[in-house]
Amino acid sequence: MITEPDIYPQKEPVIDEPVIRLMNVYKSFGNNHVLKDISLDLNKGENLVVLGKSGSGKSVLIKCIIGLIKPDKGIVKVLGKNIPDMNQNELDTIRTKVGFLFQSNALYDSMTVRENLEFPLRRHGIKFSKEEVNAKVIEALTNVGLSHTVDLSPSELSGGMKKRIALARTLILEPEIILYDEPTAGLDPITGTEISNLMRELAIKYKTSSIIISHDMNCVKITSDRIALLLDGQCNIQGNYEGLKNSGDVKIKPFFE
Amino acid sequence: MNNKLLNNFLSETGDISRFTVRFFKEAFKPRYEFSELMRQCYYIGYKSVPLVIITAFIMGLVITIQSRPTLVEFGAESWLPKMVSVSLVREIVPVITALICAGKIGSGIGAELGSMKVTEQIDAMEVSGTNPFKYLIVTRIIATTLMIPILVVLADTISLYGGYLGTNIRGVVSWDLFWNQVFNTLSFGDVIPSIAKTFLFGFAIGLIGCYKGYNSNKGTEGVGRSANSAVVISSLLVFILDLVSVQITDLLKLT
Repeated sequence: MITEPDIYPQKEPVIDEPVIRLMNVYKSFGNNHVLKDISLDLNKGENLVVLGKSGSGKSVLIKCIIGLIKPDKGIVKVLGKNIPDMNQNELDTIRTKVGFLFQSNALYDSMTVRENLEFPLRRHGIKFSKEEVNAKVIEALTNVGLSHTVDLSPSELSGGMKKRIALARTLILEPEIILYDEPTAGLDPITGTEISNLMRELAIKYKTSSIIISHDMNCVKITSDRIALLLDGQCNIQGNYEGLKNSGDVKIKPFFE
Repeated sequence: MNNKLLNNFLSETGDISRFTVRFFKEAFKPRYEFSELMRQCYYIGYKSVPLVIITAFIMGLVITIQSRPTLVEFGAESWLPKMVSVSLVREIVPVITALICAGKIGSGIGAELGSMKVTEQIDAMEVSGTNPFKYLIVTRIIATTLMIPILVVLADTISLYGGYLGTNIRGVVSWDLFWNQVFNTLSFGDVIPSIAKTFLFGFAIGLIGCYKGYNSNKGTEGVGRSANSAVVISSLLVFILDLVSVQITDLLKLT
């Protein structure tokens, strides 16, 4: 039985100002039309959960937002700039403001936890002194409660710890937007709840806006301000957790059962 | 069936060619990843030294022991250091060392990059403001291209030492006499082409390992396949490049 907190940490109100705007986005892989005319906004300070079945294109959607996949058609505006039109330098600049938590954590096996966290700090071309880098690494690890793991390698960590370290690495540049790809996948329900609570706490602390890809309903309940359902390559059904849970729509019901 | 095989072969050849062109484009453009290149040189070069030394020593010893009876038959036993040094330096050591490196380094690169690909580490690198092709591929290919010739020079020396010991198992040849015969026999025409071709071997091993790993798919099964095909294709390429370079050396009358 998972114990849920009585009161989730309270967020600041969402500001009606889109930080991500997707307009008529299409993406196909051969004959597999994954995204078909998707239009979606993420407002400042909002946690938007994209819910959908496995293979429905959720990961493709957020990879289009970060520029890892180029959409076939449509506009993907992040902080006012259209991602598909950007060159590599512009993409690198925007990526300092957008964090991405990978489903598989994507920690570099050949590096220690410290080196994993230092990597984005050193690679984005922002000048930090050695002391600043060290302070940021320790702060990021303290935020996720794992400051003692700084000199361990990823292979020495449990699944939940890896997820926390990956989250710390995502947050180290203090991004304005965070994209989470199945943040609780592969974790036991208790650790999944801990990670979901941590995501919400950190969103409040750093005032981030987030898109969370998930089909873990516990995570969805804890983290979401708004839910968009990705069905048949489109995001036509949107609402908050309670609203969708109580709707009698046969397309929505299976997710909440 | 044959058409499908031919199509696959041609499409893979095209992909490898494009990958090679991209390597040359990226290699000369800043930002240069010197620290990662040094790290790769350490892993590819220094970490292969023990294996190369042991195999080179055994090669030298065995070739000498095997060659002796034939030379004895013709009463040409005193030619042993000459014959062994030419065959080791010109052909056996470069090719065998390259094949050992194709097995150790090629499979290592294929498996490492393959697992990085399937666990999204390459995507994570790109998101962290790093060009993964430059950071992972260019550095590894340059490192193999530079390190394999160095390993071959080391292996040449060790194998000749093995040859010296092999000569002395059933005969008596002094240290000075052995090395005098070796250096009197070997000319620049023997040494330079044999080392020059090892740059090509190193490039091929790095290129195929990286290509297979970087384009790995289908999860962990794909990682195994990448490592395996990296070894098979790069070993085959070592023989093909050896054949071509021997023909060129012959045409240029460097023999």
